Amino acid sequence: MNRRVGKWITLAIVVIAIIIPQVVTNKYYMNILIMSGIWSIVALSLNLILGYTGQVNLAHGAFFGIGAYASALMMLKLNMNFWLALPLAAAVAGVFGFLIGLPALRTRGSYFAIGTLCFNIIVTLIVDRWEGLTEGARGLMGIPGAASIPLPWGGEIVFKTMASQYYLVLFFLVLTIFVLRRIMQSLVGRTFRAIRGNEELAEAVGIHAMRAKLLSFTVSCFFAGVGGVLYASYIGFLSPEITDYHVSFDALIYVMIGGIGTIVGPIIGTLLFVTIPETLQVAAEFRLLLYGLILIVMIIYLPRGIVGWVKDLRGRKRKQEAVWGQS
Amino acid sequence: MGAILTVQGLTRFFGGLAAVTDLSFEVQSGEILSLIGPNGAGKTTVFNLITGTLLPSRGKVLFQGHEITGSRPYESIALGIARTFQTTSLFYDETVADNLIVGFRCRTRMGLWDAVLQTGRCREDERRCRQKAEEILDFIGLGERASELARNIPQESQKRLAIALALITEPKLLLLDEPMGGLTEEENIGMMAVIQKVRARGISILLIEHKMKIVMNISDRIVVINYGEKIAEGPPQEVGNNSAVIEAYLGAGYAKT
Repeated sequence: MNRRVGKWITLAIVVIAIIIPQVVTNKYYMNILIMSGIWSIVALSLNLILGYTGQVNLAHGAFFGIGAYASALMMLKLNMNFWLALPLAAAVAGVFGFLIGLPALRTRGSYFAIGTLCFNIIVTLIVDRWEGLTEGARGLMGIPGAASIPLPWGGEIVFKTMASQYYLVLFFLVLTIFVLRRIMQSLVGRTFRAIRGNEELAEAVGIHAMRAKLLSFTVSCFFAGVGGVLYASYIGFLSPEITDYHVSFDALIYVMIGGIGTIVGPIIGTLLFVTIPETLQVAAEFRLLLYGLILIVMIIYLPRGIVGWVKDLRGRKRKQEAVWGQS
Repeated sequence: MGAILTVQGLTRFFGGLAAVTDLSFEVQSGEILSLIGPNGAGKTTVFNLITGTLLPSRGKVLFQGHEITGSRPYESIALGIARTFQTTSLFYDETVADNLIVGFRCRTRMGLWDAVLQTGRCREDERRCRQKAEEILDFIGLGERASELARNIPQESQKRLAIALALITEPKLLLLDEPMGGLTEEENIGMMAVIQKVRARGISILLIEHKMKIVMNISDRIVVINYGEKIAEGPPQEVGNNSAVIEAYLGAGYAKT
């Protein structure tokens, strides 16, 4: 894609995203958009460790849940302000990522996947059984929403309406994209990609693979935590299922379908998978069956997801043009 | 002059099997030293022991007089020891230029915050990496392939790129594991020129190679190992006439008595 065209498209998308709440007033659709935004943050963060660093992390639901529960507990039990709880809870998710990464990232490939999956199951069990802290299966209720921000010239920004909730999530989605993009386009991102490409060679050219993987994992978990905080304060209720490995697999599917190792891919995947089942009203059991089927078909025919497929098509067209140009 | 690399009594067991036994040799500063021996003699294991990919069971590795035994690969790179692999190892899904840019990462200091905040150090490190990559591309003669994917370039270019990738880390000592494997007669000559050009930059070279004609031609000295033990060491002519070496390569019947 031409760089200038790309910039215009990005601008157009941002403008549309800003205008949407002015046009769409239906609460049901706004809800879907807000959820898509939250899950996009989660999918994007998973993509950092999964897509760019090549480590199949199956515990993202746990880090999402840790962020969600941490913020809910901070606000409910410590009466903390939302804007303080948000970075703190995300940091808690990041710290957990770091601590789990220390042993787990020593393993490679499927061992890392299995290790993280086990961790996820343990987290859900603890959240479920530690009733004194988490209220167990009854769940945490009445989690406060985002606190209003007082403006210096009087008045305040309140997050009561659907539109304001939407803008709140949109802000953090754009922030996530912005930060992850900067990381991926820098030398730090190059070291992640090098590890994905060939970890042994990456070490042979002087990359401290363990340190780089740990960094990627920690940042990834931090943003999963951000998603969790937004979810907790938007929904206002948390139960142990939200830390479940199903959440991890959902995020995994969004990334795989949309396009692993790209910025737009996870967002497209999330939009598709949050929107379509909602609009088609597919029953939950069938939904999972359908997910499995779609995933198998995708991995066989479009292993690099929708975005990867579009890129391939474009590449082929360009190659053909080059051939024609010469003849 | 003096030794840039000293290996003392290096020993490595795999289970009960000794892959390398009590091996000692030195690489003099600025020389091309070839490490030869029949298949399975333990040559690549020696490389892995020097760079820290494997830990020795016994023995010492000294670099410029300082002990570096058991240092991790990224530490040896920082000191100035780079290597290539027997099976050409590249970042195949990246372009030739991108392969090299990340190779200079070890000489840069920018971190996560520099990337997120786009600090001056971030831009400066980025610029240095690109500049260095361009320089090495020219040096190795791959300038025109800079934007091609590494998997799409010819095998000979891939071998050059693998050497370039080691060179961009700014080594003082370069370990080359069969750089001519699978190359044609003509390509061998080109690769030999590359190796000599590298040495002309003041980089010492430890070379594993099976093609004897080239080894005899290019080496200042040769160390021969068999079953993990050193059986001969010396200048090419001397080693070529050594009866133990001929026996190791061709069998007892061929050795001159």
